[in-house]
Amino acid sequence: MNASIQVPWQAEVVSRVQETPSVFTLGLRLDDPAAPAPYRFAPGQFNMLYLYGVGEVPISVVSDPEHDDEIQHTVRAVGRVTHGLAALHPGDQLGLRGPFGRGWPLEAAVGRDLLLVTGGLGCAPVVSVINYAMQRRERFGRLGIVQGVKHMDDLIWRERYEAWAGQPDTQVQLAADVAGSGWNWHVGLVTDLFDRLGMPLDQALVMLCGPEPMMIAAIRRLLELGVEAESVWLSMERNMQCAVGLCGHCQYGKDFLCRQGPVFNYPDIRDRLGVKGF
Amino acid sequence: MATGGASPGWRGFLPREAFDTLLRALEAAGYECIGPRVEDGAILYRGLSAGSDLPQGVEEAQAPGHYRLQHTDTPRCFAWAVGPQAIKPHLFTPREALWETERDADGRLTFRPVEPGPRPLAIIGVRACDLAALALQDQHFLRAGNADPYYAHRREGLFLVAVNCTHPAATCFCVSTGDGPQAGDDCDLALDELDEGYAVRAASSKGETIVQQLPLQALTEAQQAQIGREREAARSAQQRTMPAGNLRDHLFNAWEHPRWAQVAERCLSCGNCTSVCPTCFCHQQVDVPTLDGGNATHYREWDSCFTQNHSYIHGITLRPDTRSRYRQWLTHKLGSWHDQYGRSGCVGCGRCITWCPVGIDITEEVSALLAEAGK
Amino acid sequence: MHETTAKPKVAVHKFSSCDGCQLAFLDMGEDLLTLSAMVDIVHFAEAGMLDADATVDVAFVEGSLNTRHDLKRIQAIRRNSRFLVTIGACATAGGLQALRNFTDADAWHSAVYATPEYLDSLATASPIKSAVHVDLELWGCPVNTRQVTGAVRALLSGVTPAVEQDKVCMECKRQQAVCVMVAKGTPCMGPVTRTGCGALCPRFERGCYACYGPAENPNTDSLSHWFEGLGLLPEQLREQYHGITSQTEPFTAAGNRYRK
Repeated sequence: MNASIQVPWQAEVVSRVQETPSVFTLGLRLDDPAAPAPYRFAPGQFNMLYLYGVGEVPISVVSDPEHDDEIQHTVRAVGRVTHGLAALHPGDQLGLRGPFGRGWPLEAAVGRDLLLVTGGLGCAPVVSVINYAMQRRERFGRLGIVQGVKHMDDLIWRERYEAWAGQPDTQVQLAADVAGSGWNWHVGLVTDLFDRLGMPLDQALVMLCGPEPMMIAAIRRLLELGVEAESVWLSMERNMQCAVGLCGHCQYGKDFLCRQGPVFNYPDIRDRLGVKGF
Repeated sequence: MATGGASPGWRGFLPREAFDTLLRALEAAGYECIGPRVEDGAILYRGLSAGSDLPQGVEEAQAPGHYRLQHTDTPRCFAWAVGPQAIKPHLFTPREALWETERDADGRLTFRPVEPGPRPLAIIGVRACDLAALALQDQHFLRAGNADPYYAHRREGLFLVAVNCTHPAATCFCVSTGDGPQAGDDCDLALDELDEGYAVRAASSKGETIVQQLPLQALTEAQQAQIGREREAARSAQQRTMPAGNLRDHLFNAWEHPRWAQVAERCLSCGNCTSVCPTCFCHQQVDVPTLDGGNATHYREWDSCFTQNHSYIHGITLRPDTRSRYRQWLTHKLGSWHDQYGRSGCVGCGRCITWCPVGIDITEEVSALLAEAGK
Repeated sequence: MHETTAKPKVAVHKFSSCDGCQLAFLDMGEDLLTLSAMVDIVHFAEAGMLDADATVDVAFVEGSLNTRHDLKRIQAIRRNSRFLVTIGACATAGGLQALRNFTDADAWHSAVYATPEYLDSLATASPIKSAVHVDLELWGCPVNTRQVTGAVRALLSGVTPAVEQDKVCMECKRQQAVCVMVAKGTPCMGPVTRTGCGALCPRFERGCYACYGPAENPNTDSLSHWFEGLGLLPEQLREQYHGITSQTEPFTAAGNRYRK
């Protein structure tokens, strides 16, 4: 019986970084002889991480797809499994299945300007693309990076954003709804930031990730600014348990997020996006 | 789903008293035989060792939220429509171990898949609606390149003996969905029951092998005519209907229809409909560790879009109320199913009507939603 | 995940109850030996360990609150415990003794006792959470070993125990039991009751009597309406809800609709 895709491989924690009080990044190394070597994935895809005796949780991969010595996952501790994962340290073992789903359209993005928009804490899938593009800067045109958070303290990787802002042909804009001293970025909404980028957007390919209301508001503004609907891609979230299109939890209308998603082209889900109950 | 017209292809007549030869032939071919038996006031698939185990003389009365057996003096053993469960539990089992994890003293993990045991199974007395549902479950669990190994293993070893339905229940509507009452070729043997025995047809090469071992007699013209009349009667006896065609656009256009809130006043959100539905496939995964922390077993078990967990993501329940859960079920079953599997997910077996504890009738809800949605 | 190196201290406390839930520990079989190797049970009167005032990592509490002394004790237990788990219907939902909450208990005192002035009971029997914060509730009359070992295992692993809140029907169907309400017309509380028992009663052709309390999203109005159709009289209907888990909001309200 070939049950491989439904049974995890052994993986070991090789690094752990506490990003904020509730967000951490685990670097993993597959050490299961049955696991593929090298392990290959596309930015935007996710793995199922298994915490012994508790269960599995879908987490997107943030590390570079060509550096398979350490597969990195940035996790927010919110539920039973993720709180348990937060307690893992280098040397601890866990299970890993993956990668699953459709990632970002990086082939289609070659030669184009990229606008990467993230909101709240759900930024990991898009950050994987930023890292990817920074490593292969020559393949892409201008790079716009836009990130919005509720509170300035929610922003993770601020120093990375500020470092990216210093790169050639790269524009970075950050916003916080609530900010105090020490915040020299915009106070307000993500949608305010597109005009401040100082780059034309009508030819850009846009990738978004974050809370649905934020993505809807951002898309509305981007379409007004001349972005083509077909050039907008977003990463969605639903309950995922099997990750192979069987268990039914991630259904989003006619699509199974774990198979047809989590990254969708905006026109394909326009009718469902933001409708309560889907 | 052939529902008539084609050549019947009968191979002969198996007298009732020779029914056990079918069981013996199947056993000799390595199958464990299960078939309908009366247990706990219902007709359930249970181990079958002789024709005398069958529910001879038993008929049933089904209505919304109501199921009762009645004992009559008919010599027939299949004078009923559908029991509480179709083939589903035998392939997509209610609870199944997928893998085991061993954790040693240093916290190192070893994963082992749980192999489903070899258990070729022959199911006797399946209905056309159940075969249609099986074809849909096959589409889901045996997707090309990504077949579920646990399901596939059991499916591989399955032998299906269909018995054409002559006694549709008041809750049945398979004629309107095009799935019955007569079985097509998606089985191994197909029988038509008469008072004195069974007309037998082989629908597969596996079935052909078994047929050759049966003491068949010639099927008389009178018997053939009788079967034809009963098949037609089974079609015309059905009282309920599901509107034909792809209802997807109509149902999604009715997303804010007041009927959803009305049905939610009655719906218990208990998951009985999805559990008896022969096509519903949702399941959840649970991990059960031993107390000493040395082993854990990872199970999958039936879940339902009517549970809170089904639409839960990190602190948010996307479908918190019954209205949105019922709507998810119906718009998936009769709507997005067309996009996913090329047809409706409803085969007209009527189980969700009978086994709803408060008798909600899917055909009634659909006609209310469509009538006012302007179809 | 790192197991705590020191053996966690555990106490099992009892308030007004029949002691049946404590049997979920004593009936563990081999797991009881495992448990005693993994934790230090410092107080468990029914098993002979007595140290009611010990500071513990986990306190399991059985029974409901009925006296002023109970209130003092539960406050002390809360102060002495890092994680407090209520076990069973009495501790989580008042239990059978809370049926007095719907009656004139003072009048009963006078009728039953020669010198009722010696009694010092509170006006009502109440679940533990009415007095102190509860970290985890294990429902049922009684709770079973699977629930208790599951909770202990999770706590030892440093994770929150899973909360079971689906309807009994889900498990009843997984167990492939025939629905007693549909096939026999037996009133069954399964469609509004929390899972965890393994659908024990329906598997023995008996209706569920809601000893695990309300499930999430219970539609008691619709179920009551169906019960009326099955021929239940108002008093019988009230008793369906005002039984073992009456001190829960959905069941108190559903039963009150049928009070005279």
